[in-house]
Amino acid sequence: MSNEIVTDVVIIGAGPVGLFAVFELGLLDIKCHLIDILDRPGGQCAELYPEKPIYDIPGFPMVTGQGLTDNLMQQIAPFGPEFHFSRMVTKLEKQEDGSFRLETDADEVFRCKVVVIAAGGGSFQPKRPPVDGIEEYENKSVFYAVRKMDDFRDQDVVIVGGGDSALDWTLNLQPIVRSLTLVHRRDAFKAAPASVNKMKELVMEGKINFLLGQIGKLEGKDGQIDHVHISMDSGDTPLPATRLLPFFGLTMKLGPVADWGLELNDNLITVDTEKFESSVPGIFAIGDINHYPGKLKLILSGFHEAALMAQAAKAVVSPGERVVFQYTTSSTKLQKKLGVV
Amino acid sequence: MKILVTDQSGVEHELEGLDGWRTMEVIRDWGLNIKAECGGACSCATCHVYVEDGWFEKLPEPSDDEEDLLYSTLDKKPNSRLSCQILLSEDLDGMRVTLAPSAAKDSEAA
Repeated sequence: MSNEIVTDVVIIGAGPVGLFAVFELGLLDIKCHLIDILDRPGGQCAELYPEKPIYDIPGFPMVTGQGLTDNLMQQIAPFGPEFHFSRMVTKLEKQEDGSFRLETDADEVFRCKVVVIAAGGGSFQPKRPPVDGIEEYENKSVFYAVRKMDDFRDQDVVIVGGGDSALDWTLNLQPIVRSLTLVHRRDAFKAAPASVNKMKELVMEGKINFLLGQIGKLEGKDGQIDHVHISMDSGDTPLPATRLLPFFGLTMKLGPVADWGLELNDNLITVDTEKFESSVPGIFAIGDINHYPGKLKLILSGFHEAALMAQAAKAVVSPGERVVFQYTTSSTKLQKKLGVV
Repeated sequence: MKILVTDQSGVEHELEGLDGWRTMEVIRDWGLNIKAECGGACSCATCHVYVEDGWFEKLPEPSDDEEDLLYSTLDKKPNSRLSCQILLSEDLDGMRVTLAPSAAKDSEAA
């Protein structure tokens, strides 16, 4: 395949632990590609609590989830990791020569010697809103993300939610739709203030509608909606609609990891504590997704696991090569790799 | 102090509650079927419980964030709360809650 990517290591998950793994592997001259279902790095701590403080990262009396992510991105920049966002690994196969072949839902193929699963609580998936029968319309006229804006051109669009996704897509789609209604259950939004202000301007100009209410039943047939009912204080209102975009946040599911033949314990990947290798040699699991006796689900633990994993991964990537353990404080070689000397 | 937690299969568990702890933390630490994926940051709604009448009224009003999250669950009821937002105190000694189906871990979904 023309879009095949060959690398030493593929890291599944670009949360703090996946990012720090790039650093530890980079010190050992190992090249990484990272794949994440989100559209940016940081994983759970950037997605679920970007502004909430974390107090137990060594050397940081306090850092936010986004702050930690930003610092990790700066720390790993010298190693030039390549990111593949907004995609999910759908298939992972071990080849006869011991290497791995991965496929994503973006039709990419990766070939690598080592796979590191740093997927935290699993894959983020959109939450389905509490509407009966919504499944029959999904991916036909109800979408949880905008993949192609053209799918919404000249449509009657209803967007539900009050966060950044709802507001961003309200602003982005407004110029191309036939009509757009934003629905939220209260008149307060968790989105960027500038987006909220812009949305309110568009409402004032009559370019979009805003309804204070909750999404009710859907009407339509063969997967195509024609009306969305909105429950408001004034009663139930049927709204003509050909596209519905509910943004109710994300939840985590283990996803395809469960199908890769790895030994699991309560949906977590069983690893040893010397190398953090799974039951399949060459596949490592670090961070919240792994299980071993005494495991603590802390970012700190994931960092430790990344360091030990990297030493073991080096033996797989460069078999027979003698690795001399070095400190970044004293090794000129490491400092050159980091670009500081 | 104690809290009484009915799990998704209908079994009631008497758990030792700790003053100042979050109800979610007690339920999780006793190994009941609760996902609590955000760890108490009021960001996920996977620690959803139904609080028994008589106790529900004793709780402080939910924040807007908590209400938003509860609305995003498929199984919200009038007595729904996120257990990470219920701080235990002597006033809640004996509180009865039931784990919502949506709080279950993926591997043990009710």
